[in-house]
Amino acid sequence: MTQAQLAQGTSPLLAVRDVSVVFGGIVALNGVSFDMHKGQILGLIGPNGAGKTTLFNCLSRLYQPSSGDILMEGVSILKRPPHRIAEIGIGRTFQNVALFPNLSVMDNVRVGTHARTSSDIISDSLRLAWIRRSETGVNNKVREILAYLDLEEVAHTTVSGLPFGTQKRVELARALAADPKILLLDEPAGGLNHEEVYVLGDLIRKIRDERHMTVLLVEHHMGLVMSIADHVVALNFGKKLAEGTPAQVQADPDVIKAYLGSKDQ
Amino acid sequence: MSAAEDVVAEGNETVEAVPKRAMTLGTGTSVVVLLLLLIVPVFAKNFVIFQLTQLLYLGLAVLALNILTGGSGQFSLGQSAFYGIGAYITAVMMEQFNIPYFLCLPVAGVLCFGAGFLFGQPALRLSGVYLALATFALATAMPQLLKLNFLEPWTGGVQGLVVTKPDAPFGLKISQDMWLYYFTLVVVLAIYIFSVNLLRSRSGRAFMAIRDNEIAASAMGVNVALYKTLAFGVSAGITGVAGGLSAIAVQFVAPDSFTITLAIQLFLGMVVGGVGWLPGSIVGAAFIIFVPNIAEGISKGLSGAVFGVLLFLVIYLVPHGARQLAIMGQQLAGRLRKS
Repeated sequence: MTQAQLAQGTSPLLAVRDVSVVFGGIVALNGVSFDMHKGQILGLIGPNGAGKTTLFNCLSRLYQPSSGDILMEGVSILKRPPHRIAEIGIGRTFQNVALFPNLSVMDNVRVGTHARTSSDIISDSLRLAWIRRSETGVNNKVREILAYLDLEEVAHTTVSGLPFGTQKRVELARALAADPKILLLDEPAGGLNHEEVYVLGDLIRKIRDERHMTVLLVEHHMGLVMSIADHVVALNFGKKLAEGTPAQVQADPDVIKAYLGSKDQ
Repeated sequence: MSAAEDVVAEGNETVEAVPKRAMTLGTGTSVVVLLLLLIVPVFAKNFVIFQLTQLLYLGLAVLALNILTGGSGQFSLGQSAFYGIGAYITAVMMEQFNIPYFLCLPVAGVLCFGAGFLFGQPALRLSGVYLALATFALATAMPQLLKLNFLEPWTGGVQGLVVTKPDAPFGLKISQDMWLYYFTLVVVLAIYIFSVNLLRSRSGRAFMAIRDNEIAASAMGVNVALYKTLAFGVSAGITGVAGGLSAIAVQFVAPDSFTITLAIQLFLGMVVGGVGWLPGSIVGAAFIIFVPNIAEGISKGLSGAVFGVLLFLVIYLVPHGARQLAIMGQQLAGRLRKS
């Protein structure tokens, strides 16, 4: 909380400004605005079809908003192609895990460093000295991240054979390998059991604190969002319903009506 | 691509899944194979040496397809077109412009890289079977393009072009066939090593990331369009060099040597060798060169049918090709060592 509060006064790291997305005649997002400050864990909640994933896909440049703007450190990201989002410090994980199934854990995480390294096919084929140096750097970094996320034992295992929970950690490791400033997590608790969800919550907080990241958490699991988020944005039918601390949002009558059903939940 | 996926998934307990191992041979095996490739021709007749040369350059063409399909996950039934372009560039440069053969090959490689890179642009919009169809169209068009009238002064039209076999240099007292074999061996080994390096590098990882999941690759900063076309270019470039080597070895190029049949043979070689496993390329090449002869030895009249049966047996018994045999061999060796 303290980090986030300190940052409140400064300009936002990421600003979503009046973003609308229209598919055919359907308005998936309608003028949504919010700010993300450095060091924050921002929870984005809402019932199915609220527009969470649409917004997420705008941030990762898979969808182009019909109007509005998204600013990263004051600069619009809407002119960037999807593959040039990682280099400005936006990393992501996927809802149902999108790893490279035939590659080892280590190679998956190595791909994560792609945006932070450079090479060309001729130098790569000849394995020139500067390529070898760069690869040594990559390997050291990958090993550090694998150790950090307790994945050393499976470093050389092909990911398709790993349990789902482990695959989720590999995906997190891959995202961290790109040194993101903002980590976008798309329903990280999906498919995890009760205990795993709380371990994950601690891990997200630990990553934010120790690796100085800002986290956008799109999540169905209310318990997780309410326990780790500093700030919550609630969407419904493509509109922002409420915004504030977890307690404020939880107490908001509109949110209760749309999402929580009754006060007891 | 499911075949390649299965292999890797299954192989994960047996082969130590160190990426290098998954793609190459162990040091011991490499030394044995290299020694065999160096020594066997010394004791072989000229015709056998010619066949071994053929094995090397067809293996190179299979390797090129393996980089494209096994590496980046794109299908191609159009490899015969790049092979033909490479062969013709080499033949025309050697015969019409008297340029030494060893200078023609890099030119063939670079021009075919360009052709593949350009062809990769429209192919970006296609995937899977549709890409296979587009490349099929390229393969079908190529023989007729090579017959075009206005190219005839250089290409010799339907008649084709005879290529002079180079002599061994530096006054070496070895036959032309033997010299050509060792020359081909050096070129093929060099390209093999570069290819292994490439697939193990940042670029190679980008290829494989695209093969496995394009959206995730893009989110990691991989320029999917660029790497897909690069894979096409690299594959076409290597295929062009293989075609050039074939023109020198066969001493003849004609449009109808580069039909869709050749493309399908290369595809077959890749599957038999093991998709995505580079050393398998030479096994695949051996299959497409020698198995038709074996089939003919069994039955002259029904050689095609016998070939079909043999192919069917291979697919049935070792669906993942030579790679599967290699993994089985490794397991067996491990068990013998333990007992």
